[in-house]
Amino acid sequence: MYFLAFTYELWTPYRAVTQHQGFVNTPPTPVHFFDSQGNFVGPFVYGLKYELNLDTFERIYTEDVETIHRIRFFTRGEPYRFWGRIDMDWRLFDAGEGKVFLLGSDHLGRDVFSRILAASRISLTIGLVGVFLSFFLGATLGGISGFYGGAVDILIMRVTEILSAIPQIPLWIALAAIVPIDWPVTRTYFAITIILSTMTWTGLARAVRAKLLEMREHDYIMAAKIAGAGDLRIIYEHLLPGYISFLIVNITIAIPGMILGETALSFLGLGIRPPAVSWGTLLEGAQNISNIALYPWLLTPALAVIATVLLFNFVGDGLRDAADPFKEL
Amino acid sequence: MSFGKYLLQRLIYAFLVLIVISFLVFMIVQLPRGDAVDRIVNARQAQGDIITEEEEAALRAQYGLDKPIYVQYFIWATQFARGNMGHSLLGLPVIKLINERIAATLLLSVISLIVTYAIAVPIGIYSAVNQYSPGDYFWTLVGFIGLATPNFLLALILLFVFHKAFGLSIGGLYSPGMEEQPWSIAKALDLLNHLWIPIIVIVTAQTAGTIRTMRATLLDELGQQYVVTARAKGLRYRQLLFKYPVRLALNPVVNSIGYILPRLISGQTIVAIVLNLPTLGPLLFSSLLSEDVELAASILMIQSILAVIGVILGDIFLSLYDPRIRMEKGAT
Amino acid sequence: MSDVVLEVKDLHTYFELEEGTLKAVNGVSFAIKKNRTLGIVGESGCGKSVTAQSIMRITPKKTSSVSGQIMLHHDFGAIDIAQLDEDGDQMRDLRGREIAMIFQEPMTAFSPVHTVGNQIMEALFVHGETDKKTARKRAIALLDEVGIPAPERRIDEYPFQLSGGMRQRSMIAMAIILNPRLLIADEPTTALDVTIQAQILRLMKRLQRDNGMAIMFITHDLGVIANMADDVAVMYLGKIVEFGSLHQIFKEPKHPYTKGLLRSIPKFGETDGKHLATIKGTVPVPLNPPDACPFASRCSEFIPGKCDARMPDAVTISPGHTVNCVLYEPTNIQT
Repeated sequence: MYFLAFTYELWTPYRAVTQHQGFVNTPPTPVHFFDSQGNFVGPFVYGLKYELNLDTFERIYTEDVETIHRIRFFTRGEPYRFWGRIDMDWRLFDAGEGKVFLLGSDHLGRDVFSRILAASRISLTIGLVGVFLSFFLGATLGGISGFYGGAVDILIMRVTEILSAIPQIPLWIALAAIVPIDWPVTRTYFAITIILSTMTWTGLARAVRAKLLEMREHDYIMAAKIAGAGDLRIIYEHLLPGYISFLIVNITIAIPGMILGETALSFLGLGIRPPAVSWGTLLEGAQNISNIALYPWLLTPALAVIATVLLFNFVGDGLRDAADPFKEL
Repeated sequence: MSFGKYLLQRLIYAFLVLIVISFLVFMIVQLPRGDAVDRIVNARQAQGDIITEEEEAALRAQYGLDKPIYVQYFIWATQFARGNMGHSLLGLPVIKLINERIAATLLLSVISLIVTYAIAVPIGIYSAVNQYSPGDYFWTLVGFIGLATPNFLLALILLFVFHKAFGLSIGGLYSPGMEEQPWSIAKALDLLNHLWIPIIVIVTAQTAGTIRTMRATLLDELGQQYVVTARAKGLRYRQLLFKYPVRLALNPVVNSIGYILPRLISGQTIVAIVLNLPTLGPLLFSSLLSEDVELAASILMIQSILAVIGVILGDIFLSLYDPRIRMEKGAT
Repeated sequence: MSDVVLEVKDLHTYFELEEGTLKAVNGVSFAIKKNRTLGIVGESGCGKSVTAQSIMRITPKKTSSVSGQIMLHHDFGAIDIAQLDEDGDQMRDLRGREIAMIFQEPMTAFSPVHTVGNQIMEALFVHGETDKKTARKRAIALLDEVGIPAPERRIDEYPFQLSGGMRQRSMIAMAIILNPRLLIADEPTTALDVTIQAQILRLMKRLQRDNGMAIMFITHDLGVIANMADDVAVMYLGKIVEFGSLHQIFKEPKHPYTKGLLRSIPKFGETDGKHLATIKGTVPVPLNPPDACPFASRCSEFIPGKCDARMPDAVTISPGHTVNCVLYEPTNIQT
């Protein structure tokens, strides 16, 4: 999935920001294999015609069965800069002169399918980056707290308690609202990551601490101490191997939370801002009922989110079972 | 008596936590936005008024903004504690705006909490007792999807489904025109009619989580020796199940009131924005967007207070429920 | 009428696991008489506890199966427990009233969130007592009888407020509240200090004298067996390999396993310069075991071609003393 996210340009027919004039809010284009006479021509799409419904001012799109645009695979299509560096124009598929919107297009005539893939880059990485940030904070502080105990422990634990006492989403909203609107995309990206991490490290810190406290009681740590091993040595040689799997499991479980957080913020318009795209910003267009009712394909990014989070949860669950040596037979 | 002492300790601690939170809230909401005077000045300049330095300074003095930050915080906090939360940019006292919405917030939270448990506990018991049965797998799957679906997305999807299927618009808590009317049976019914969709939405994720907790802990408890002891006494499985393992497995569930309540309050926020519910969430959102600082700070504070109360309630319930904790706390 | 309370014939308890069939109890027969104590001894995993659970019919329902005969004798006849529905009313009626059981770990055997009294009286309520005051009186009297000081106060306390010894005493009170005719004690003293152990054993003997109940005493501790039992069954890997009176087993052990067990008891004053004798290896897991002597793999007197060919028959050495070992089979003694 991350591979898709990093190479999305290759897989999508259009650039995420390309506005296709005259193709505003089109429904998903059906891909046909047989033409209107029933002859097999391979995958193709019809050209689109639209007319304006004068009562509601909605555009009604109909397929023009006269024009057939074959879907071409491994073609040279709309040019782009791969990773912002290399000029390329390789695309997995497009429809030549025709338009292929697998999941429809939005109110500016942008291809939703291309945008979902493009958005995955930000949505998925923000989960990763955010988790590593909060993992760093959580593991370090939790580790210090659990290993040294005493006053440091109390202080850190109090901080986590206080932070976790504030309702998470309102605080995120409040923090995200501070981020200036005129910041460039990358800076916003990191600001949002930091905001998300400020709240999520506490859980990890507590988990790490609890685990460490439990492990510290084991006799083999006592044995190492008696043998004269230093603190750092004990941490790296004896404690780390024991809880590394535990950490990995926790990280996997924390990622979806991050992705959801980003989605929520962007959805409210407080997170990643256009022209950058994330799943949340894509869903912003689906905020009101009339939009959803008329253009239900705008909801498809939600499915991407749900699928991703499900995947992470399953993997996390599987890892947890695999990492638990005391699991029942 | 000693339990009362424990309670008092908890309350004092909670109070201290709230003080720290209030400081954070002040820092987050108040400081970065410039002060109220800047905004007034900006607004009036936009209208073409000319404001002199002296006028600005006078305004500053009037709002107490010429003082150092900690003094400003102190003034804000003491005013807040007295119930004086300042004025919204909408021209109304903040406390009035909040009062209008706090009832709906609490109503939603409490009903959601009850619904969560009412659904999750029986299903959790069923899943644990019939481990690896098709029913168990079904609920596990439902649980996973429930956990994976952010509730605001669920709200969107339900909005869509209901619109398509019934042509219903399901936003808000009342039908148009109902809100202003005095309380009557019709109004209460109307409220119920609108309430259940937000409740479904808010409850889904928490229910899924609680089912999993309930199932896991009950499975643990079912393997305990005391279950065998009880069987050896000749108890019926059903009697035994509810008297012993279920009772013990409910421990973490009872305690979860402490964190589920804050999560409900938190999770409501976005749902309420999507579904246009008259709770605190949308008000916070709009106040932040419009830089309505005093309103935003107060809402954040109120939400935190509700959350902290939730945590305390969770602790109290657990210690009433579990004699081990009751005794331990009583002893210290 | 004979004094036999319980007669077990060819008991098999199997567990169906993913890896195969685990034959935890594999053809066990014995009888327990009124006023007598049968000690069952063996290493961990030999099937002692499963035997006890099979008699109570409290093995896990989904994965286990019990076959053979478990005859519970009455003046008016006998019931085959193995034939009863384990969740049926008849079996439930027997549990607690006719056969009661006490467990190894008195901490976990009590529910931590119910008072001791609640759990003791429960047996009464389950078996028809309705009056709370009577039940409470009986429970207090019993707690007093098992030697718990201030029973009026203790009855309302929670298990975690009692010491290990007191918990075990309460557990015994809970088991004997309905005057069962058979008490199964599954390692009742293993988790206790030695001094407390002695007290509990003395208590059980006294109760047996007073009530005349039969006791099935399970332990891995030969010292405790020597103290408690009238008859001893030595179990290994789901089978009884030797059965006899206390005297016969301790003074004239026949089976190599019994001998090995007895050799591994440390004796005062004999430690100088000698290693304590051990039995080499560990108890194998009885997954799909071959039809052979279960001890063959660890036996120091292993005879290839005989021991691993089939399960040896029971040979009667002297009245009441039987052993399952090829060494004592008549054909082998002659050669």
